[in-house]
Amino acid sequence: MAEKSSIHGDLRLVNLTKTYGDFTAVNDLSLTIPEGSFFALLGPSGCGKTTTLRMVAGLEEPTNGQIFLGDTDITFTKPYQRPINTVFQNYALFPHLSIFENIAFGLRRRGIKDVKEQVEKALELVELSHLASRKPTQLSGGQQQRIALARAIVNRPALLLLDEPLGALDLKLRRQMQIELKWIQKEVGLTFVHVTHDQEEAMTMADTIAVMNEGEIEQLGSPADLYDNPKTAFVANFLGQSNLIKGTISGNDGDNHIVDLFGQKISLAKNRSHAVDNSIYAGIRPEKFRISRLETPTSGNILTGGKIEDVSYIGVSTQYQVLMPWGQEVMIFEQNDDAVAPFSVGENVNISWESGFTFALRGDEDAEAGMEVEPEETIDDDE
Amino acid sequence: MRKVSRWFQRNLIRIYALVAFTYLLIPVAYTVVFSFNDGGKSNLIWKGFTFANWLNPCGAPEVCTALGNSIKIGLLATTFATILGTMIAFAIGRHKFRGRSSTNLLIFLPMATPEIVLGASLLSLFLTLKINPGFWPTVIAHIMFCMSFVVVTVKARIASLDPRLEQAAMDLYANEVETFRRVTLPLVAPGIAAAALLAFSLSFDDFIITNFNSGTMTTFPKFIYVSAARGIPPQANVIGSSMFIIALVIVILGQVVGRKRAVK
Repeated sequence: MAEKSSIHGDLRLVNLTKTYGDFTAVNDLSLTIPEGSFFALLGPSGCGKTTTLRMVAGLEEPTNGQIFLGDTDITFTKPYQRPINTVFQNYALFPHLSIFENIAFGLRRRGIKDVKEQVEKALELVELSHLASRKPTQLSGGQQQRIALARAIVNRPALLLLDEPLGALDLKLRRQMQIELKWIQKEVGLTFVHVTHDQEEAMTMADTIAVMNEGEIEQLGSPADLYDNPKTAFVANFLGQSNLIKGTISGNDGDNHIVDLFGQKISLAKNRSHAVDNSIYAGIRPEKFRISRLETPTSGNILTGGKIEDVSYIGVSTQYQVLMPWGQEVMIFEQNDDAVAPFSVGENVNISWESGFTFALRGDEDAEAGMEVEPEETIDDDE
Repeated sequence: MRKVSRWFQRNLIRIYALVAFTYLLIPVAYTVVFSFNDGGKSNLIWKGFTFANWLNPCGAPEVCTALGNSIKIGLLATTFATILGTMIAFAIGRHKFRGRSSTNLLIFLPMATPEIVLGASLLSLFLTLKINPGFWPTVIAHIMFCMSFVVVTVKARIASLDPRLEQAAMDLYANEVETFRRVTLPLVAPGIAAAALLAFSLSFDDFIITNFNSGTMTTFPKFIYVSAARGIPPQANVIGSSMFIIALVIVILGQVVGRKRAVK
């Protein structure tokens, strides 16, 4: 395919800031995205992720800060001068051009005369060779999405930006496209930067996720890092569900803290604590808990005095709400795979978990941060 | 009885459509039918069928000179009004500048002003500037009143254009000029074409403003008005019918081409 652009390398954002009047969309953002990675910017509506993407594409000028691609400063270059292509949220296919000409658009603008072979290869990659002569409006949403991808990839950009690319597709198609996108990224070896509000989508596809909130990065890491050891309540709640229980560090035991949760002692690995003082929130993911009847022996961290409040059977697992003695309802997912008879409402139980699963957040955080954030359905979020 | 009323109910909308279309199309049918009238100079009473008028459409004195003038004025006015109006539409539709909303308002003024006032004012303006009424003052007047319609039509098309298409073009290595030429213009073109057709028909049709500013020059509407006093020659019907048929053919062609494109 096409020769690789002379400008390439890691994408570096340095102190990037964008303000609209009094509103700060992106606040002093610094970030390095390694060449060849699949990177996701994840956050709720209005967190500044789309604005960040548009600044990288050149469609928005930063108020402050710089953007580097490799060693080249591209902060103020025009979009058409950057070896960066975008898959737009609504695909933005040119309605007056055929699918073939849509894909050939970028090649032709770069003065490449013989586009046929490259366009056909791109069409093959997305498995839509038979639609080359159609117009975009004659294609289904999923097909349009793939054409938008082919139109960007055919240029072999140093960086491919995807702005909520699957937002308009239904759930089943979205799952399928997630796998396909990941496969295509491996196949072509380009750097993908993917913007989404869908945590599952980000976790399925990306090597590295940056969770954004209010114009800043809350936490950056691999999907497993973010899920198992979130640093803030926002991340703990935005990526999956968390039980956050208020507590105090009351002592030490080797590599572990001894934590007092409403009078009951549990242990917490020191390197999994993001607290700054003794006041903490102990965090446990719902599927890490085990429920046991009072007479059943159990190991690890144990909290006693629970009472089953609610049971919802959802096939693959059963969700329990357990009321703890201090009045907090704890969410627990149990696999439906063991011989233990299901628990029923009103039963008195203990809950336990492997101490290595505990994480700790600062005690002064808002335990509900990131919880009430509804994924947006609208097309434009950050403007 | 019940059967009749049920039939009536079921076909009410068809009956209404028939009546409405008859009402709309009777004048057109009349024009076409009387273009075949062997009526001589006055074409008011049916005197017999003939092809003579169609074989000699310029037979009546001055009728083709008038038609020629109307077409010339129409083409000139359309060209200039479309170019200027499209430019204004892009400025208003795409750029934020001081006085944009007042520009918007001013564009509407010529459309809202009664034509008779516009015509009379223009005449006095031309006379003050010591310009004699005639061909060019008429062209200038037509450009003036056509422009507003062009602006409004093209602006609506620009407003419905997704700005992300242009962003996508820029993203795909098209600079500003190429983006305009390859994406913006082709997508706005149907609006521009519609505006041009509208401008031409407005100009071709205009009588009031033309009557004030054309002096001794005759246009087709003026010719008909003047000859109405002593009887409109059947050649006027021939020309009127031809215009109607040409317009109809253009519309049908447009539909056919549009459908073919959609199928492809």
